[in-house]
Amino acid sequence: MTGIVSGHPPARVDARGWGWRHATRADWAVRGLDLRVEPGERVLLLGASGAGKSTLIAALAGVLGGQDEGDEEGELLIAGRKASAVRGTAGLVLQDPDSQVVLARVGDDVAFGCENLGVARSEIWPRVRSALAAVGLTLPLDHPTSELSGGQKQRLALAGVLAMRPGLLLLDEPTANLDPEGVTEVRDAVARVLEATASTLVVIEHRVSVWADLVDRVVVLEAGGGVVADGPPADVLRREGAALAARGVWVPGHPPQHPVRRTAPTEEVLLAAENLSIGRGSVLRSEIDLAVTAGSAIAITGANGSGKTTLGLTLGGLLPPLAGEVNARALAGDLKPSPISWKSRELVTRIGSVFQDPEHQFLAATVRDELAVGPRVIGLGASQTSARVTELAERLRLVHLLDANPFTLSGGEKRRLSVATALVTRPPLLVLDEPTFGQDSRTWRELTALLAELLDTGSAVVAVTHDEEFVDAVATSRLRLGSVGVAR
Amino acid sequence: MSILTPVAGTQAIYRVNPVAKFATAMVISVGLLLSVDWVSASVALAFEAVLFFWAGIGPRRFVARTWPIFIAAAFAGVTIALYATASGQTYAQFLFAHVTEGSVNLAIATALRVLAIALPAVVLFLTIDPTDLADGLGQVVRLPSRFVIGALGALRLIGLFAQDWRALEHARRARGVADRGRVRRFAGQAFALLVLSIRRGSKLATAMEARGFGGTTKRTWARASVIGAPEVALVLIGVAVTGIAIATSVLTGHWNFLATR
Repeated sequence: MTGIVSGHPPARVDARGWGWRHATRADWAVRGLDLRVEPGERVLLLGASGAGKSTLIAALAGVLGGQDEGDEEGELLIAGRKASAVRGTAGLVLQDPDSQVVLARVGDDVAFGCENLGVARSEIWPRVRSALAAVGLTLPLDHPTSELSGGQKQRLALAGVLAMRPGLLLLDEPTANLDPEGVTEVRDAVARVLEATASTLVVIEHRVSVWADLVDRVVVLEAGGGVVADGPPADVLRREGAALAARGVWVPGHPPQHPVRRTAPTEEVLLAAENLSIGRGSVLRSEIDLAVTAGSAIAITGANGSGKTTLGLTLGGLLPPLAGEVNARALAGDLKPSPISWKSRELVTRIGSVFQDPEHQFLAATVRDELAVGPRVIGLGASQTSARVTELAERLRLVHLLDANPFTLSGGEKRRLSVATALVTRPPLLVLDEPTFGQDSRTWRELTALLAELLDTGSAVVAVTHDEEFVDAVATSRLRLGSVGVAR
Repeated sequence: MSILTPVAGTQAIYRVNPVAKFATAMVISVGLLLSVDWVSASVALAFEAVLFFWAGIGPRRFVARTWPIFIAAAFAGVTIALYATASGQTYAQFLFAHVTEGSVNLAIATALRVLAIALPAVVLFLTIDPTDLADGLGQVVRLPSRFVIGALGALRLIGLFAQDWRALEHARRARGVADRGRVRRFAGQAFALLVLSIRRGSKLATAMEARGFGGTTKRTWARASVIGAPEVALVLIGVAVTGIAIATSVLTGHWNFLATR
């Protein structure tokens, strides 16, 4: 059908005994789900990771795939029609800002969905302009999408969905990869949009506080168990709050336990930055002085683009200092004191680095082999290697995943594995980039407890972070980087 | 920095439909490939030089983007001068190499031809915005939109390659595996980049699908891609340059159809 497609009225969602099993898995991701969402309702979907929330939202968006992708049972209807058959009624915004931008110019990207729905050209551009206004992106239509921040990219994705005038707005952790500023931007944009369109909303998020004021219903899912709690946010959170928090959901009033430090930082300097200039090629920041002592945890905070990650890489011996020096005499042993001069295999027993995106660090086809990379590099024997692998796998709840491919793990599991790969060679200094980004509260608690334990044994931690709670829980001091006048 | 950063400029050439630029480059290549002689190539180059000035690409950018062509042209010329079939007077000889009157003439003709064909193609393509090209291919040439838009989406990911590559380099050093030989290290890292790219690609495909891409509805195009007077003019300029070059060559008796002489 060509021609003008008008906007969809707020849509009803009906799940009747609905279930889905991915073709490659033995267990059902969702099964026996009975749920009705009335037009215009705003629902926050909660549940432990693995409860099938994302599967449900993907099915509602019609992107779960056909019969060759998995088995379906029961019925899933949007506005009375099969969800997989009604493209355009539901609009989906996903977690990763980078993989949702389709086109190079802001205006074109917003128009993309309209084009696919066959909206007439004369109607597309008014829709694009009103969608951009609704999400508060006041940029020229030909602004390059590559120059947007994470929060702006997510608002762009939201605008692209809005321009399609869906009756059902689906959000799958749209703020999980954003800094606090970006989270607020996106949340406010969604609030404005709902006010304007009265569209039905289903949002997944494990930080309840972001959406609690915006939704009028909370539904809790359990893996294979369907709906286990359903009702107004205050009621559900009062009844289920503690249970949800224990399963990793960030529930207001149920903060994760902070670790208790048993020893204080010492005076022994493991690594010192002296009058350091950092950058890739050109100087981004200079005159940085810093001393990391055994048992201390330094949090590096500051706005996006202030050079936090670059500083982390430079301290970790991965980027050369542009001026000044990084001196790690206490770690060096017989080597020169500057970490960048060490060989890769010399580095792993001295400084461990954990990156923001765990996927960049994975090298092997199974979790077991991934953990064995470090021990093999430093020449440990088979029995020692397997002892270390087992110990860490137990400590970080990875035992049941030892034969799984690292790329197939959940976000929390990937994070735990990436930390484990750095710890397995027992470096006295750990450099972490946004270790708690997008993590559920259970992984957060385990991670902070583990770090506190390492600090107690005389290790040191440098962590680049936006997470104030993490700073409170772990850091013994903070280095705040102010903005620098350079483009991101 | 992305390969898909919109290309824009104030000169008229930036507003010409990319499909016409393709056609023009094609006319010049086919026309100039018909003969291998120095006259037609030089005449075409002379006209092109004037047109380049118009296109408004500054000398620095021109050199930065075209230097490989000059090297290729020189390399082709030298090779032919040394190893082409000997004919006419011999200027120098060493092992298999004969520099003769015939080979030098052919060398000059070839080098000029490489420049006359490649330079306008590069200059024209430099002014093409990939999004406009996709619009043109979809609407004017009527290639399937699935293919055109899919390729455009994939192109955007190339911009993330450089970023991913750097991150992989750091990550592999941090994991202790960066001490291997250069070749093995490169191979391993290239494979990791491939894996990452495929993952990004499938995420992008989901995002595109979620916005209705690949459905059964006939797609509309937000930006009209039209062929009008400027497009016709550009192609005619291409035809004229090629035509004058060929005519001059024939009239001066240098025409050498497919280098058969």
